[in-house]
Amino acid sequence: MSDKWNIKHAAGQRSYALREKLFVALCLFAVLLPVLMLFTLFGRLLLDGLPRLGWDFITSYPSRKAASAGILPAAVGTLYLILLTALIALPLGVGAAVYLEEYGKRSKLATIIEINISNLAGVPSIIYGLLGLGLFVRALGMGRSLLAGASTLALLVLPVVVVSTREALRTVPMATRETCLALGATRWQTIKQVVLPQALPGVMTGSILAVSRALGETAPLVVVGALSYVPFLPDSVFAQFGALPIQIFNWVSRPQAAFLVNAAAGIVVLLMMMLVLNLAAIIVRDRMQRKLARAH
Amino acid sequence: MTDPNSSMSPPPKYSIRGLKAWFGSHEVLHGVDIDIPAKGVTAIIGPSGCGKSTFIRCLNRMHELVASARADGRVDLDGEDVYASDVDPVLLRRRVGMVFQKPNPFPTMSIRDNVLAGKHLTHTNKKETADKTVEAALRQAALWDEVKDRLDLSGSGLSGGQQQRLCIARTLAVEPDVLLMDEPCSALDPIATARIEDLIHELKERYTIVIVTHSMQQAARVSDQTAFFLQGDLIEAGPTNTIFTKPKDTRTEDYITGKFG
Repeated sequence: MSDKWNIKHAAGQRSYALREKLFVALCLFAVLLPVLMLFTLFGRLLLDGLPRLGWDFITSYPSRKAASAGILPAAVGTLYLILLTALIALPLGVGAAVYLEEYGKRSKLATIIEINISNLAGVPSIIYGLLGLGLFVRALGMGRSLLAGASTLALLVLPVVVVSTREALRTVPMATRETCLALGATRWQTIKQVVLPQALPGVMTGSILAVSRALGETAPLVVVGALSYVPFLPDSVFAQFGALPIQIFNWVSRPQAAFLVNAAAGIVVLLMMMLVLNLAAIIVRDRMQRKLARAH
Repeated sequence: MTDPNSSMSPPPKYSIRGLKAWFGSHEVLHGVDIDIPAKGVTAIIGPSGCGKSTFIRCLNRMHELVASARADGRVDLDGEDVYASDVDPVLLRRRVGMVFQKPNPFPTMSIRDNVLAGKHLTHTNKKETADKTVEAALRQAALWDEVKDRLDLSGSGLSGGQQQRLCIARTLAVEPDVLLMDEPCSALDPIATARIEDLIHELKERYTIVIVTHSMQQAARVSDQTAFFLQGDLIEAGPTNTIFTKPKDTRTEDYITGKFG
């Protein structure tokens, strides 16, 4: 029997197995490190904020006294802001993605838009704030309103919505589109009734994640003029507004230690909101995928 | 449609003259002239890349859907040029149905909805007649008896051959006049293939069928007329019998006897 057919470990050749284990350990470390950091941060904040965390904190208006100050206007402002942002960014982003992916593939215009969108994704958020200030607050006369803030945030998340929607559209096979068209459907009928519904889980996941990113944005809102002290709830899209990140920023910059406790509690609430949104994204995706899989 | 006063043969369903097709600057059809008779099966054979798929995709203007693809020449359907500027390709495709290589029922739809997909997509479904449409299309596709008790289940649960017959039913439900089939059996086993071939025999009484096939045996079994394509040229077309027994061109003979392909 020749050596060629030997399948046993040769002496001293086991080292590659060890090297592989080392590599796996390294990868695991890379995964665990950020997770651990997040947990430490969250745990620390929870401990710091615990004294103030409670229903009172969420349902109270801000106050000069740290012990009785709450986040109601800021939390409501953030909630409205996110809803409005989604309302503006989703139709625009999905529409742009459908145009780029389904209609405009051959045109120069599409190429120009594409380059612009990938560039926009890299623009610092403060620049969006300045754009929002110039365009929405001043030029379009929206003032320092919820609408101006949401429009600015919508611009900020738009590239992400476009990119994730395009990716979702690409997962729908060409053959599916051709089948519809061969049945005598128009392009629009094909997109509306078959392509978009099939791409929906991806569109939703990407969009919710994009919007949840806007949740924590502070810089553009500061520039657009969100209030840091809001003793009222916004009653229309043209009302002035506060937002959680701004409120937290405001508390952190106070000298009194008691306000730091408030800030920690506020961060915990903000993180919880973000977690809920991300969780929603995962649930939506899984349910839709299971629905699709059942159909297969 | 035959003119009773004419002693000539009936006018062809399709009359194609000088059909050229491109992908970008690459010419894949170099001027094809062929008549396709009504109510019968025309088989398109030839080696991979000979332009046979492109050819039938020009018949319902699916070719132009690919970016950078275009076509030129005359493709007359019952005497009307389908490439004329006043022709709506969407309406043309309702009259010229197409069945693809891979069976691809819509995964999220029930069997019933799959059959009605064309009607739903084009908003031409009528609730009162929907049941009738479904049954008629499935009967024509020889699938009714196998699925009549599970119309509300997903079409993806069917076998490959059944799925392909479902796709045929889906195409028939739009009530076309011509049926284009692009290698409809290439993903199927021999038994499922035989069933589709039987089906083609029945359907040719009502429809003009153009089938692209890789299998010369299949062409010989199902078609009345055969056209042999090679590198973007139509080499020879004629009654299937003649093509397979007395081909005029040596290249045709070489291909059908298996010297290349």
